[in-house]
Amino acid sequence: MIYWHIFLAFLIPNMVGYGGGPAIIPLVENEVVKNYGWLTHQEFSEMLAFANTLPGPIATKMAGYIGYEMGGLPGLIIALFATVAPTLIIMIVLLSWLMKYKDSPKVIRMSNYVRPIVAVLLGLLAYNFFFDSFMLIGSTQTLLIAAISLLLLEKWKVHPVYVISGAIVYGALFL
Amino acid sequence: MKIYVDLFLAFFRTGLLGYGGGPSSIPLYYKEVVERYRWMTADEFSDSLALGNALPGPISTKMAGYIGYRVAGITGCLIALLANVIPTVVLLILFLTVLNKYKDLPWVQGIAKAVIPVVGVMMGQLTWDFIKKSQGYFGWLMTIVLVIFCLIILEVFHIHPALLIAGFLLAAVLKKDKPKEDDAKKVNNL
Repeated sequence: MIYWHIFLAFLIPNMVGYGGGPAIIPLVENEVVKNYGWLTHQEFSEMLAFANTLPGPIATKMAGYIGYEMGGLPGLIIALFATVAPTLIIMIVLLSWLMKYKDSPKVIRMSNYVRPIVAVLLGLLAYNFFFDSFMLIGSTQTLLIAAISLLLLEKWKVHPVYVISGAIVYGALFL
Repeated sequence: MKIYVDLFLAFFRTGLLGYGGGPSSIPLYYKEVVERYRWMTADEFSDSLALGNALPGPISTKMAGYIGYRVAGITGCLIALLANVIPTVVLLILFLTVLNKYKDLPWVQGIAKAVIPVVGVMMGQLTWDFIKKSQGYFGWLMTIVLVIFCLIILEVFHIHPALLIAGFLLAAVLKKDKPKEDDAKKVNNL
């Protein structure tokens, strides 16, 4: 049963998530935290933070880790399969048919229509992270860390790996 | 045999060198696939990318799997995917397993607390990214209306986000194609 749930938890976000891996993050969170309760908000955000310090696609890192935590090696394989296989198989099997439609106004509309929803989902996720952080370390620390990260990432274009590493050092020493 | 080794190396490298998730590492794929190994021409590559973007799900694995398949069939597809995905999955599992083992130590808890606001900021950046892209297509007014609509559906009525997306996709398919859709869009943006 757990394997079936793992399969569904990753199949659904990846079948509706237009816009690549990042668009899938809030949809996976919805399944994993809200629907199945496999991880708490805080565990999910920790996982996301460390996943962001590592290279490679984000969707498969999340799937692999959560699948492994919930169902060991079979869970890992099922979660990765659900993430990667369905749309890849569609792409390979329906190639010539899709080639005809890839520039059609309908297909272009589909990926455009999904964006506002993804924006709202990502925004809600960001809000949840800040809310958790207020509860854990209070407003001063949260605002301080958030403001510095925002400046580093947006203004000075510091690579995210260094920003997260900086937060890790700060947290280990002062929190 | 050499082709399998090449596929493995190409997608192992793109998996380990690409930071910031799949979409930001597409230029690395281009470098390996078009420039280094010449498996595809630039046109074929951008066609495949457009095709991949027309489908849901992560883009990097679609590209890796599809290119692997084109170059060396099912075996090539599997090799490209595994080389692309497995190394970082294993790293993440090792990383978090060690962290969970020591999660009662105060300094490990400090680490876990300090990274949350940073991830919050990163999600905020992604949010802004998608808002800007929506605005480019719908214009500001419609984007704001849609954002409020989605918020109400999700937070007040607690509709599953996949259902909401499915509804919007259906609307995109059912909408009649106007002969001059571009002109209509320009008027909306004014």
